[in-house]
Amino acid sequence: MSGPTAYQVDHVERAAQTPDTTQPWAELGLKEDEYARIREILGRRPTSAELAMYSVMWSEHCSYKSSKVHLRQFGEKTTAAMREHLLVGIGENAGVVDIGHGWAVTFKIESHNHPSYIEPYQGAATGVGGIVRDIMSMGARPLAVMDPLRFGALDHPDTARVLPGVVAGVGGYGNCLGLPNIGGEIAFDPCYQGNPLVNALCVGAMRVEDIHLASASGTGNLVVLFGAKTGGDGIGGVSVLASETFDSTGPTKRPAVQVGDPFAEKVLIECCLDLYAAGVVAGIQDLGGAGLSCATSELASNGDGGMRVHLDRVPLRDSSLSPEEILMSESQERMMAIVEPARLEEFMAVARRWDVEATVLGEVTDGSHLEIFWGEELIVDVPPRSVAHDGPVYHRPLGRPAYLDALQADTTAGLPRPATEGLGRTLLDVLASPNVCDPAWVTRQYDRYVRGNTAQAMPDDAGVVRVDEETGQGVAVATDCNGRFAQLDPYAGAQLALAEAYRNVAVSGARPLAVSDCLNFGSPEDPGVMWQFAEAVTGLADGCAQLGVPVTGGNVSFYNQTGDTPIHPTPVVAVLGAMDDVSRRNRSGWQDEGLTLLLLGTTADELDGSVWAQVAHGHLGGRPPRVDLAAEQRLATVMVEATARGLVAAAHDLSEGGLAVALAEGVLRHDVGATVSLAGLRSRDGVDSFTALFSESGARALVAVPDPDVAAFEALCEEHSQPVLRLGTTDGTSMHVEDTFELGASTLREAHTGVIEAALARDVTPRHAATGRATGEGRRASGS
Amino acid sequence: MRVGVVTFPGSLDDHDAQRAVELAGGEAVPLWHGDTDLGGVDAVVLPGGFSYGDYLRCGAIARFAPVMDVLVPAARGGLPVLGICNGFQVLCESHLLPGALVRNDHQQFACVDQRLRIERVDTAWTGDFAQDEEVTIVLKNGEGAFMADEHTLDALEGEGRVVARYLGPNPNGSRRAIAGISNERGNIVGLMPHPEHCVEEGYGPGLDGLPFFTSVLRAVVDA
Amino acid sequence: MGTVVVDVMPKQEILDPQGQAVVGALRRLGQSRFSDVRQGKRFTLQVEGEVTEEVLAAAREAAETLLSNPVIEDVVSVRELVEGEVASS
Repeated sequence: MSGPTAYQVDHVERAAQTPDTTQPWAELGLKEDEYARIREILGRRPTSAELAMYSVMWSEHCSYKSSKVHLRQFGEKTTAAMREHLLVGIGENAGVVDIGHGWAVTFKIESHNHPSYIEPYQGAATGVGGIVRDIMSMGARPLAVMDPLRFGALDHPDTARVLPGVVAGVGGYGNCLGLPNIGGEIAFDPCYQGNPLVNALCVGAMRVEDIHLASASGTGNLVVLFGAKTGGDGIGGVSVLASETFDSTGPTKRPAVQVGDPFAEKVLIECCLDLYAAGVVAGIQDLGGAGLSCATSELASNGDGGMRVHLDRVPLRDSSLSPEEILMSESQERMMAIVEPARLEEFMAVARRWDVEATVLGEVTDGSHLEIFWGEELIVDVPPRSVAHDGPVYHRPLGRPAYLDALQADTTAGLPRPATEGLGRTLLDVLASPNVCDPAWVTRQYDRYVRGNTAQAMPDDAGVVRVDEETGQGVAVATDCNGRFAQLDPYAGAQLALAEAYRNVAVSGARPLAVSDCLNFGSPEDPGVMWQFAEAVTGLADGCAQLGVPVTGGNVSFYNQTGDTPIHPTPVVAVLGAMDDVSRRNRSGWQDEGLTLLLLGTTADELDGSVWAQVAHGHLGGRPPRVDLAAEQRLATVMVEATARGLVAAAHDLSEGGLAVALAEGVLRHDVGATVSLAGLRSRDGVDSFTALFSESGARALVAVPDPDVAAFEALCEEHSQPVLRLGTTDGTSMHVEDTFELGASTLREAHTGVIEAALARDVTPRHAATGRATGEGRRASGS
Repeated sequence: MRVGVVTFPGSLDDHDAQRAVELAGGEAVPLWHGDTDLGGVDAVVLPGGFSYGDYLRCGAIARFAPVMDVLVPAARGGLPVLGICNGFQVLCESHLLPGALVRNDHQQFACVDQRLRIERVDTAWTGDFAQDEEVTIVLKNGEGAFMADEHTLDALEGEGRVVARYLGPNPNGSRRAIAGISNERGNIVGLMPHPEHCVEEGYGPGLDGLPFFTSVLRAVVDA
Repeated sequence: MGTVVVDVMPKQEILDPQGQAVVGALRRLGQSRFSDVRQGKRFTLQVEGEVTEEVLAAAREAAETLLSNPVIEDVVSVRELVEGEVASS
């Protein structure tokens, strides 16, 4: 092992003198024309350190080279009116929304899919850590996390390895970090078998004047690296993972995974907040994927000058790391700040108080280049924008998949439907299915109470947290996606994901304000996948424009597939809403008897892609439910106003499993029953009892209203042309659908609970990935 | 009435404990792990969290913090001290309370709304409860199972030092379903559940945690 | 009855937060001569009868597949318990 000084570095002067040196650009995932472009930008061959930087920053997940041309729609379709509440838009670490009274809220969702397949615990843990640092880097105090998770079949042996590891990792990191976990999703489908989706969301808040940005400005200002030491974590994790397939030839071929230290991150959060409060941070950037390569090039390119960095000053955990490795290391729990020299001593004093190591690496210059030195040698001398922002842009070929016509033609029309006497049994089967069952096995492993601001968490429709402890002002966040719908029609599927998250926020009583997305897809090199991606992005952008809520940022994750089979398109959509007093939020179940149950919205025969089709027939085909965003908007307006006026006792959105599941969940929430009649619904909407109960039509909600307020609520509906129907009342301890079935809460509960633990108890397998193919992954975002 | 709340690196519920003290009508005084005096507070809360990451053993490293050098003798001298969750672990590691907290028998972190019975009401922290009052308090931990040898357990029971006991199925394998204990004098209480999460309507399951914080204010006045 | 001892350590290049916390605590206690601490795991596996080569081979397999996580840990030794050594508490 050689020390850093003994390392034979490739420097700029040498690169200029040896233009013909063969370089491993292909091994680093670069294409021939990309390598040629680097040589053209620099007017010489790159040094090995420059090559490392370009390769990692021009990888799919850092450069968005395949998705960029489509993601532009999010900006182009955002109108001036939609920007009204937007303080920081796409392109920064996370978008920032003005929620009023001087408060700014930032939120973002990202993926950590492939690392979580390889090492479920650490993969999931570092996914949480990464998104929390994104939020911190905006100047915000992180408030809460959420985790949309998708796994292979619940009864598959490898799910018994991946699921517990991921859940323990999300919990282990988030709990130790002291952030409440307020929601998310858990879904199972064989399409995620070799490629689980581990998405993580963080929401944070700050006063409007405390927003911080990732830019390095002011000649002479210092570049300070602080937090954990740099080790060999995930070296090449980004670019090698993103471009190569690895097989099961043994542990040596596995990439170094990142290990998270949530304690270090907790200390880093408090340290950052103290630094912000002291006013000593002129610019800040977190270190995530692509580590120092990303942080230095992004800070420098967002600034007004150049930057000089002495790489040999980076505190190392492993002294044998080469400069290229230091630039690419993904060691966790690190941040980079720009600090005025006069404030450095204050900065260092705060860092010392928290026992956080901080090192001045260099300074902002009046030049235009990012210069990185290793000892005396200049090893990087590049225009920073060429690394961070001006990467390649691909117009990948698109093609509507050939199978889609047949898939859409294969509707549920021909499938046998249960007779009236079988509807109770059907409900129990649906309640016991993996995608509808009680997720408590997962959610009870997360601390939902820490910091004492959680007004609502799982299993309610949206997570709700207080931002201002004096006034009760706060936010609601929901994430949703039905990959089955997106498989049938990615344009509609993305809009349905948006509609459901929007509805969940509104049904909780909050006014939807902004969107973040995590777009999980297969390989962009597959024209069918690329078509799905383009359709989904267009659908989402169009949907956001119609609803008037802007996309504020997000993340793209490509190469999610098992073998050559891509996952269902899974555009996970997170919607954030604001409330003036979160203590008024609506829970999804009723606590009192004698409330009137109202159904908002109309029901059509829409069972293609439904949970019923999956559970009863293992069927996926046809067209997803019709998207009606005007109806969603109407529903939201009514729910937000009714909540503010205190007319609502409980409210639950209708989604998977339709009215039947919404009613059952409402009963199970507090063990207070319901008696409803479907007669009015059947005659008004022209549907049979089965369709009334199990159709998954959108823009619907079940609302429990105290008797004295029913007339006012109905008048409000009429005012907004919102269809509303009296279904029945809350009473007793059973779910009674008149003339159809009556099931006791205990019977419902027996079906609904214990499903996940029972499945996990069946299989005990070794903890490691046996075999499998996992490919590229995106985590850091320069914007989506 | 001034109640100190100690922040160790990795403390998480320090802010919550301060809020609970204020809602109970006291003045919360933040104390830092590096402090070498207690600032004249009338009582101290060691809050929940993962001090020093809970690495090595929960509470094992926090025990050696400078603030503990002044807190331990003060507690022995009668200062009311409440250790919640990680704070309970610190009190055990510091030998202010007997026993230890070990990994939950089901091997998982669990966050639940837990039913408890308050069995000792003459401590500094439980005076505002009725004897054998049943309450719901948040329980959230990975290493919350109280463990001690049979002799110690018998002594705790015999001396009436079991402050709170879990009701219903044992949530974590705690010996004799013990949720909290006190020292003989009753000024030091260790509690696995989190009363500071049950002090505000709409944020957490009810208000059953508030009496822990009102009790100590009264105890200090009466003392 | 024989006993096999399996020692597992975090890989050298992998961050060991526990060891870091311990070395920090030692320093605060005035024990500054220890520049680094890494925390591993020990397993003891009991067998009926002698610890043969075959038993050790089986233990090695168990160590590689279940007891350690090859992504982040190394099995540093698999050996028979030496007489007089304490197997467990």
